[in-house]
Amino acid sequence: MNPYRVYGKGRIDHRAPVSFTFDGKTYEGRRGDTVASALLANGVHLMGRSFKYHRPRGPVSAGSEEPNALIGTKRGTGRYEPNTRATVQEIYPGLKTNSQNTYPSLKFDLGAVNDAAYMLFSAGFYYKTFMWPKSFWDKVYEPFIREAAGLGRSPTERDPDHYASRYHHTDVLVVGTGPAGIAAALSAARTGLRVTLVDENAEAGGTLLSEPQAVIDGAPAWDWLEAQLAELKALGVRVMTRTTAIGYYHQNMVALCEKLTDHLDAPDPDMPRERMWRVRAGQVILAQGALEKPLVFDGNDRPGVMLAGAAQTYLHRYGVLVGKRAVVATSHDSAWYASFDLHDEGCEIAAIVDTRADLRADLVEAAAARGIEMHLNHSVSGTDGRLRVKSIRINRMRDGKAAFGRRIFCDCVLMSGGWTPSLHLFSHTMGKLAWNDDLTAFLPDVKTEACQIAGAGRGLWGIEAALNDGFAMGAAAAEALGKSGATPTLGVTHDRTGTGVTQIELPTDRSPSSARAFVDYQNDVTAKDLRLAVREGMRSIEHVKRYTTNGMATDQGKMSNINGLNIAADALGKPQPQVGLTTFRPPYTPTTFGAFAGYHKGGHFEVTRKTPIDGWAEKNGAVYEPVSLWRRAWYFPQNGEDMDQAVARECRATRESLGIFDASTLGKIEVVGPDAVEFMNRMYTNPWTKLAPGRARYGLLLGDDGFIRDDGVIGRMSQDRFHVTTTTGGAARVLNMMEDYLQTEWGDLQVWLTSTTEQWATIALNGPNARKLLEPLTEGLDLSDEAFPHMSVAECTIAGLPARLFRISFTGELGFEVNVPARHGRALWETLMDAGAQYDICPYGTETMHVLRAEKGYIIVGQDTDGTVTPYDAGIGWAVGKAKPDFVGKRGLARPDLVAPGRKQLVGLLTEDHSKLEEGAQIVRDPKEAVPMTMVGHVTSSYDSVAMGRPIALALLAGGHDLMGEIVHIPMPDRIIAAKVTGTVFYDPDNTRLKL
Amino acid sequence: MLLIHCPYCDETLPELEFAYAGQAHVVRAADPSSQTDEEWRDFLFIRDNVKGVHAERWQHVHGCGRFFNALRHTVSDKFLTTYKAGEPRPVLDDTERSA
Repeated sequence: MNPYRVYGKGRIDHRAPVSFTFDGKTYEGRRGDTVASALLANGVHLMGRSFKYHRPRGPVSAGSEEPNALIGTKRGTGRYEPNTRATVQEIYPGLKTNSQNTYPSLKFDLGAVNDAAYMLFSAGFYYKTFMWPKSFWDKVYEPFIREAAGLGRSPTERDPDHYASRYHHTDVLVVGTGPAGIAAALSAARTGLRVTLVDENAEAGGTLLSEPQAVIDGAPAWDWLEAQLAELKALGVRVMTRTTAIGYYHQNMVALCEKLTDHLDAPDPDMPRERMWRVRAGQVILAQGALEKPLVFDGNDRPGVMLAGAAQTYLHRYGVLVGKRAVVATSHDSAWYASFDLHDEGCEIAAIVDTRADLRADLVEAAAARGIEMHLNHSVSGTDGRLRVKSIRINRMRDGKAAFGRRIFCDCVLMSGGWTPSLHLFSHTMGKLAWNDDLTAFLPDVKTEACQIAGAGRGLWGIEAALNDGFAMGAAAAEALGKSGATPTLGVTHDRTGTGVTQIELPTDRSPSSARAFVDYQNDVTAKDLRLAVREGMRSIEHVKRYTTNGMATDQGKMSNINGLNIAADALGKPQPQVGLTTFRPPYTPTTFGAFAGYHKGGHFEVTRKTPIDGWAEKNGAVYEPVSLWRRAWYFPQNGEDMDQAVARECRATRESLGIFDASTLGKIEVVGPDAVEFMNRMYTNPWTKLAPGRARYGLLLGDDGFIRDDGVIGRMSQDRFHVTTTTGGAARVLNMMEDYLQTEWGDLQVWLTSTTEQWATIALNGPNARKLLEPLTEGLDLSDEAFPHMSVAECTIAGLPARLFRISFTGELGFEVNVPARHGRALWETLMDAGAQYDICPYGTETMHVLRAEKGYIIVGQDTDGTVTPYDAGIGWAVGKAKPDFVGKRGLARPDLVAPGRKQLVGLLTEDHSKLEEGAQIVRDPKEAVPMTMVGHVTSSYDSVAMGRPIALALLAGGHDLMGEIVHIPMPDRIIAAKVTGTVFYDPDNTRLKL
Repeated sequence: MLLIHCPYCDETLPELEFAYAGQAHVVRAADPSSQTDEEWRDFLFIRDNVKGVHAERWQHVHGCGRFFNALRHTVSDKFLTTYKAGEPRPVLDDTERSA
């Protein structure tokens, strides 16, 4: 039994009971109910507590603009969602819901002590209260704010649902399925255009669902609606319900969030929970309607106080009376109709209280005929009741001032402060608004996108006006797309047009400073707070908003913005347009992260690039590290080794015999063409003209500012062909940079650039036995040091595979890099592993590669350089071809700051106590200097070196090249470490091992 | 998401296929060594900060790979026109300018 249900009324299925729980108690609703309508049917208004004062709250609206009735919803493990609007969430059997922001319980809440201390929590209280003493911030204020902050609780489990996303192209997108939207869709679709019609509600119809009394073109509203929806279907219009247009972006792209499963009894686990649509429309028609404004009076937030239009919706759409004895407080005609409807279904209307003195005769007569008491020219000065409104206090007004008040007992208050057009999507387009004094509202004015605004969204009230405007705007959209169609005009009887006046906070005979007249319910912002903000110097509405938090709650000020503006404008003594409206931003309503993420989560969050040898590494227990989008084998632990033990073993094996390394991720660019050598001369610092085919050289790439961008070994394959390698992370950047210069600066050069990174698998063999392994496998090439010295390149056959073989080394050992077509990479790797068994061949990962190169002082661009390092700073000035007339960065290297003394330069560091430094640690000269100390550089690379038997480090140090042998200091939290400045080459400085 | 016309592909395609590449018509001197420190500084670092029509470079990076130029209004974000690299900056009439 639902005590407040009107049987036979509404769009719900009265024969289909649905059980759900709220705060552990089971309630029964009907199929088609929302949580709010079902609880109201059970007489429950109290659904939550407010954010700051923990005041008891119930639903004030019946739609997505709801600021108060926020609940948690739960469907099994992992499916908990906080801050769900009870007015939107449909019920299904087994739905579990709970109230929020309550301790220990909704009915008895300790946080409500804030309410008693409200004088302390006025506008800007964060800024005032938490300023002093300064030392309180960390220990007292911040923990307190963090504990108190936020509505609801985030779910702690991983979201088990998945989310979809799709693109959609349509000629006309219509947002809103009220009379304006349906008419617009009809007139556009009748011209043959592809039309998409969306609505955030579970059912299409909008206002028509709340106004069944209207007769459209001779048919009752709901019959007419059914017929039009049938015609839309026949015309092929895609009608999407439970689909919110959350954002309106450039060039008519509208984002739609479609909710697919949150209303279902038992969703198919394979079904996405939500789907994000990116719609590109030829024309967009905004038919979003208008939102009702609350009246601002003391106690306007008590459970049982709600918008009159919401009560009308609960009655007609859900068959629910929101109370047994209502007082209507209004400044707009629309609430009179709502009170008639409730009266006619058995709710006693104790009184209609209107701020206006003169009312339309027909309304007064209709009220009188129903025996309803009327109090015109009256104000409201308060409500009473702890968890539910029990009475309202009203005052006759004389000369705009409130006289002595009287109480009227009631169990609900239906209020209306008039209507404000929903401007949100239009505002997303940066469309200009114009203030309309008659409606006390902003209306859409100058459009920036190909859109039309129809109906109440541009200030037209009543079904007939909205309907016929919809037809006209649908036709206008069609015409803009080159179609022409009829613009029908339909007559509507029993239509409810009306007017009203806009009020700031209502006059009271009590002290206004103790009035709790709420403007923003969710953030507990009162009229008094807004006035205080103005008194304290806030002039722009943007400042008032941020100081008071008005309009900053999850409803984005749907109900509070215009009331807040009117009060701020009054306090400033300025007309509203001069005070301005805050900017609406997407999303229109709160949207899940899942919907935005779509498929981009887990393994699909971003691409994971794998080399052809990755599968072997995986099978052999590699630990991976991400390097740009690649995953690279970091080290290969054996027999329970930790990382240090594995790396030490890999380093030792490589230096003593033979290591094998997957270098396939290196960027590779094939530079080809008659002008290839000239291009290389201009692009890289080094001279290339004299490099003979078959030889390779270390190439250094700068930006035109003179700073190091990238490096890599480059082989000349023939007169007109270079095999360029880049760093793993820099490959795409370098290719783009080359293309940029080639296309836009050096159109005279005949050169073609091709990324070949993924065409080659690259295997590096390093160690004294590298040649012994390769020689028997190589055909067509003499690998001896005389015939194929260090820095050579050749095409040959290795293990029966076509290969480009480099003799190069990034370890300081005798080294080769074998490039074979990617599809042969794994096979070659396995062949080399088998053949290398006799030399105890050791696969090593990127960490060992890093250690071995650091022992030789080979830099890693991006680790030992940071975008402010020149070749001279890095100690590789030898790579700069000073005789060349120009190269990228040549002029930059001569800039005054780049040749000034005291630049940070790359040096080696050896700690006095043989401890390993932390990468990134700062360096100082004088350890006794008072804090803040003068920092002269930082550690860029630091490793335990097996070959050196001690830790080594590289560092960027101011004037470092002139500090060889000196001691610098690295302060750490627990101590200060002394280190000696050295050269960067720690191991085999004479390069004897390269020449084996 | 913006739609951008690639003057090389002669197709209007989603912004996702393109990458912004800085202000247009910044010319690298034929002989950089002849540039004064101030001239080279300006070439490297000094850029317009236009409220209104801005000439800028874009690359059809996930398409043909070509760099081209565009006139875009920095307030509305709208592309007024795109043109090939090397072509002079088009002259707009007043209506286009204010778009």
